[in-house]
Amino acid sequence: MSAAYRWNFGPVLENLDVLWAGALGTLRLFVICVVLGFGFGLVVGLGRHARSRGVHLPATAFVEFFRNTPVLVQILWFYYALPILLPFEVSPLTAAALGISLNSAAFSAEIYRGGIESIDRGQAEAARALGMTAAQAMRRIVLPQALRRMLPALTNRGIEIFKMTTLASAVAYVELLQQGKLLASLNFNPIETYTVIAVVFFLCLFPLVQATYALERRLGRSDA
Amino acid sequence: MHVWNFAPVWANADLLALGLLNTLKVTGAALAFGVPLGLVLALMRLSPSRLLRWPASAVIEVFRTTPPLVQLFWFFFALPILIRVEMTPYVAAVLTFSVQSAAFFAEVFRGGIVSVERGQWEAGRALGMAPRQVMRRVVLPQAVKRMIPAFLERAIELMKTTTLVAIVSYADLLFQTNEVAQKTFRPLEAFTVTALIYFVVIFVASQLVHLLERRLATSGEGMAR
Amino acid sequence: MTTAAAPSPGGGTPAGSAPTLMRVRGLEKRFGDHAVLRGIDLDVMPGDRIAILGASGSGKSTLLRCLNFMERPSAGVVALAGQAVGRAAPGRAGAGRRSYDEAELTRVRQRVGMVFQQFNLFPHMTALGNVMEGLRTVRGQREAEARTRAGAELARVGLADKAEAYPARLSGGQKQRVAIARALAMDPEVLLFDEPTSALDPELVGEVLRVIRSLAEEGRTMLLVTHEIGFAYHFANRVLFLHDGVIHEQGTPDQVLKHPTEARTRAFIERHREFDF
Repeated sequence: MSAAYRWNFGPVLENLDVLWAGALGTLRLFVICVVLGFGFGLVVGLGRHARSRGVHLPATAFVEFFRNTPVLVQILWFYYALPILLPFEVSPLTAAALGISLNSAAFSAEIYRGGIESIDRGQAEAARALGMTAAQAMRRIVLPQALRRMLPALTNRGIEIFKMTTLASAVAYVELLQQGKLLASLNFNPIETYTVIAVVFFLCLFPLVQATYALERRLGRSDA
Repeated sequence: MHVWNFAPVWANADLLALGLLNTLKVTGAALAFGVPLGLVLALMRLSPSRLLRWPASAVIEVFRTTPPLVQLFWFFFALPILIRVEMTPYVAAVLTFSVQSAAFFAEVFRGGIVSVERGQWEAGRALGMAPRQVMRRVVLPQAVKRMIPAFLERAIELMKTTTLVAIVSYADLLFQTNEVAQKTFRPLEAFTVTALIYFVVIFVASQLVHLLERRLATSGEGMAR
Repeated sequence: MTTAAAPSPGGGTPAGSAPTLMRVRGLEKRFGDHAVLRGIDLDVMPGDRIAILGASGSGKSTLLRCLNFMERPSAGVVALAGQAVGRAAPGRAGAGRRSYDEAELTRVRQRVGMVFQQFNLFPHMTALGNVMEGLRTVRGQREAEARTRAGAELARVGLADKAEAYPARLSGGQKQRVAIARALAMDPEVLLFDEPTSALDPELVGEVLRVIRSLAEEGRTMLLVTHEIGFAYHFANRVLFLHDGVIHEQGTPDQVLKHPTEARTRAFIERHREFDF
């Protein structure tokens, strides 16, 4: 009869500063990707919504490409392939940020477009009939209503982005999982280390996920 | 100005082909286990018994709220020590992604089942059917038709998620690409080719799903038989 | 004033005493292959109250929507206060096609107001907010100014007490009255009503018609697409009957509604006769 494994969180707890450095890295990457991803996503989403082909087609190509390729492939491409074309190095942060942001922009573009198009045409018509320009109608009337509807989907996307930051460990960016790998290999305690990492992520994300459910319920629609 | 040269990459096309095959293998295996497991989890969550509901909810929440890569590391590095079993990258990958996708499929199942109107339940019970019979004969058949597009979308997501196995050195397409890149010293061409391969495969799959969605939508819902 | 080519206005302001507010010549509108408007000529004088009747598909809504350029005419000219909107397309002057600049159309819409069948109130603003929106965003007025004016317009349509209510809390009739106040706040030279009561429950129609009649009594220039023949009879000084994209018959309410000369007009009136007026 083999003895059960003896859990020992000591080494992990002694190195909380190492994990903290990772947490800061995760946070930094997360904020960058959310800002770039949602910001650029709005631009692309409006581009997808546009009538003119010169705007619509490139936006569609962008969305289709970055939604249908895995993020890890994109990150590795930016890290290994892009430097060949450029006269300078691409840092792990840059590669990860580019990969995750562009991917998120493509997904959030569709969220924006769906939200905008779900608003009754009559709203834009009434705004135009009052003499508003197309930009004013979008800014004052359509987008404010659309944003409320898009909130659950956007929050979901934010949660996905947070989870995707772990992929940056593939290019050795100092985020939480990367630090976990470091500790696990130094102390030979993958069980405790990775369990702690998983728990930390869970504790960070669980409130957000619950908040999203509450949001969805309040807005009266549910996402499958 | 970099001169593109794809020849060395083509020379190693067999390595890439093997990678693609392995990607499909892992995805297929994860789906094969994940879908039934997802159904089980969904039914457990819908069960009136707390003993069934809570564990199911716990599994679903944990696997939806933690990053897939953390899950993979845990299954590959931690679990083998805990249960004293050797774990190959393939087994760890299939295990991780079966449970992970099951957690998401469970929500798709639950949403589909819940979306079938109460009236269907009541009609079944009024005929004297037991709840399990109503589920099996009346509700699930209707729910499944509605869930197919969501399923297929999740399956495509899975294909993208399985690229993570490259990190634990399973010879999937991405891992093989890295091998080829190092072998030929042409990372630009190698990774570009792979990105395009993934794009084509996944894009075609998505388009087929859209086609299917449209066909399902026009053929109407809730078939009796 | 008007050229001899235009049909006589029939009733209303005597010719020559006031400048034409809106002049339409040869208006055509095609959607793809389908020609909805096949040549409309119309003079709108200040104070005109024009009711536009016709079967579905006759083009009456399209005509209205061309007047504030929610639809761009395929051919023909619309002139507002003597100034033609748009530019003659180069090299195609004979074909009657014009090119339109969105900025100019936006300015036109500040002078021509529209009330929609589906109200189209902005749900994320209160009634007062809705009425203020045009003043703030389009006219650039300051909050206090806009609020005062909006309050006055809401009071005029009898909804001062609903100023802070959101559209979701209002009945259909109340929503339409807010929509009217919203259009009025812009001081339009012409008001267009696109079937304003068609989406309302019968009991709520009256409150909206009362407001429209009070506007008529103020001497506002209005064009009204409607199914309410009885109302058209009492409200309008001119009635247009549209069929197949052209004005089939026009004249005073008495002429068109009580003693129509054309067979089709007669058939239409018979079909829609809800009560003897």
